[in-house]
Amino acid sequence: MRYVDEFRDAELAKGLLSQIHKTVTRNWVVMEICGGQTHAIMRYGLDELLPPQAELVHGPGCPVCVTSLELIDKALEIASRPNVIFTSFGDMLRVPGSKKDLFSVRASGGDVRVVYSPLDAVKIAQDNPEKEVVFFAIGFETTAPPNVMSVLQAKALGLTNYSVLVSHVRVPPAMNAILSSPHNRVQGFLAAGHVNTVMGYWEYPEIAQKYKVPIVVTGFEPIDLLRGLLMVLQQLENKQYDVQNAYSRVVSYEGNKAAQEMINRVFEPVDRQWRGIGSIPQSGWGLRETFKEFNAETRFEVAHIQTRESEICIAGQILRGLKKPYDCPAFGTQCTPRNPLGATMVSSEGACAAYYQYARYRGEE
Amino acid sequence: MNNENHLPTLEGPVCPVPLQHADQVVMGHGSGGKMTMELIRDIFMPRFKCDPLAAGNDFAAVGLPNLATLKGQLSISTDAHSVAPLIFPGGDIGKLAVCGTVNDVCMSGALPLYLTASFILEEGLSMTVLENIVQSMRAAAEEAGVQIIAGDTKVVERGKADGVFITTTGIGWIPDGRRIGGAEAQPGDKVLVSGYLGDHGIAVLAARGELGFETAVQSDVAPLNHMIHTLLTAAPHTHVMRDPTRGGLATTLNEIAHQSQVGIVLQETSIPIRPAVQAACEMLGFDPLYVANEGKLIAIVPPDEAKDALESMQRSKYGEKAAIIGEVTSTPIKRVLLHTTMGSNRILDVMAGEMLPRIC
Repeated sequence: MRYVDEFRDAELAKGLLSQIHKTVTRNWVVMEICGGQTHAIMRYGLDELLPPQAELVHGPGCPVCVTSLELIDKALEIASRPNVIFTSFGDMLRVPGSKKDLFSVRASGGDVRVVYSPLDAVKIAQDNPEKEVVFFAIGFETTAPPNVMSVLQAKALGLTNYSVLVSHVRVPPAMNAILSSPHNRVQGFLAAGHVNTVMGYWEYPEIAQKYKVPIVVTGFEPIDLLRGLLMVLQQLENKQYDVQNAYSRVVSYEGNKAAQEMINRVFEPVDRQWRGIGSIPQSGWGLRETFKEFNAETRFEVAHIQTRESEICIAGQILRGLKKPYDCPAFGTQCTPRNPLGATMVSSEGACAAYYQYARYRGEE
Repeated sequence: MNNENHLPTLEGPVCPVPLQHADQVVMGHGSGGKMTMELIRDIFMPRFKCDPLAAGNDFAAVGLPNLATLKGQLSISTDAHSVAPLIFPGGDIGKLAVCGTVNDVCMSGALPLYLTASFILEEGLSMTVLENIVQSMRAAAEEAGVQIIAGDTKVVERGKADGVFITTTGIGWIPDGRRIGGAEAQPGDKVLVSGYLGDHGIAVLAARGELGFETAVQSDVAPLNHMIHTLLTAAPHTHVMRDPTRGGLATTLNEIAHQSQVGIVLQETSIPIRPAVQAACEMLGFDPLYVANEGKLIAIVPPDEAKDALESMQRSKYGEKAAIIGEVTSTPIKRVLLHTTMGSNRILDVMAGEMLPRIC
């Protein structure tokens, strides 16, 4: 398939791997930010092919994984109400709240629907004027443009039965939180190319300089990942701490300005709870005052719901690069994709799910 | 007896003639009375006509051909079918219901003989749609060379079924000495697949129109018994046959690895996947190895018969793109591994639950 095959070429991969082997002279810890990257690494077994000194740790970039338990419980409460059509990306349906998930809400009679685009949710609101239609607006900067677009469109259409449960998170504050942690091990980043497609990478030089970490904007195919990693390792070996772009076929420094302006019109930075990590200041987006009528949290009065997370699950430490899924006593035993204790085991982008799916047997050897 | 002259002349209310409901299914079609009989007479009988059915009994009495000389076993399988939409590119629920059960019966190496079909119809189903579905059942049964010898129809209220559900049961004859099953795979055996994977799942998903993508991919739904017959002539010691339906290739091979207590190692580069299916999967975040097929055969055969098996598949109507995709190993036991294009190995697990499109 064009535009994909060339980035999965085995010969190119061999060349890059051999360069990586030649470049590395000591131990380095590099974090890939996005869960999509984690999955590609595990799916192609890239980590097996790397020199042992180049350790990849898995970042927090899985929107399903970092959505707080509290917000999921709020979603479950709203979705259970009789007059509501609750719409969501498919991944969210299996994420466990403290007692159930959206699948079980649906089985008990809740009207929960999977949509592929938030604009489909707006269409459902148009078609069902007697119902309240709620969209679970989760994700990083990548999904923000379509999510705010749905709000803008609902406003333009004068819809009064559409609202969004917002759980948006942003990458740069998470990088800051990881790097400023006293336990931090991360020495370089593969930035999440899809996020940068929207946001560009003008926010990153400040981080790179402040913490002396190289950051390379990286794509999602094996060749993209190996190239990004090579560039990070070369910088680390040369004591260089710059922001570079290994995904220039889709990412520019400025990013998509129209999308950024649209996001700023609807959203403003807010403090946000990250599942397993805790609250990070100004790390999320919430609806601006001018769009507050679209806020499902106030419309359905669920602000009182407060929940705590499983004490066994170490997802928070995994998402900060402190631990690997193998380090968890529940991994593959109490906690499996069929019975997930934490969100990292749920999403197709979650680090624990990736390990379970692609490399479970390695832990047994 | 003629009392007409004594009756008062009715000029006021008259009993309305009941509507005929020829264009859609109504509750009365499941009453067991006149309307049910009409439904059977007009829709089912003309298409499924055969002596056991025409006898009109509660049962179908059939003779096994040359019973006295037959040795071996019966292969029996039953399968309930529901699909949305009812009609999709490459097939419909009727074709699916016949092929699904014929294929299951044949995975034992059996010669398929008879099918029964039970219909649950939703009130309001278009009679034309039903006719088309029944017609395609007939066509598929003819192609497979099986008779539909008994059936049943029920009607449920609107909203209590999705148009029509069809359950089919099939019976076939397994010749004496044939020993094919999920537990028979041996280390060293080759794993063959009869063609492109994932066509059915992607065709049906696209036909639902919910994901905003269109594709020219058609469902692969097909009866596989003729290909199996050819295969077993070419590779008589075939150990395992299975059709990778729900859960796809990955899930099916995991079942076999467990049943046979073996490992299976696949070569990613050898697995046939249509570029359009690959592209759709890339977009949706699916892995084609987990997407459903309805007309594909996985065969596990001894190494010395693999070449003949492959050629026999490639010669048959539904096996043109057949390929040897891997082999059975003694370790790691009960696991399926994929040797990736990158040269690494990864686990190919069973699907956890419903396949969900990814977020971004």
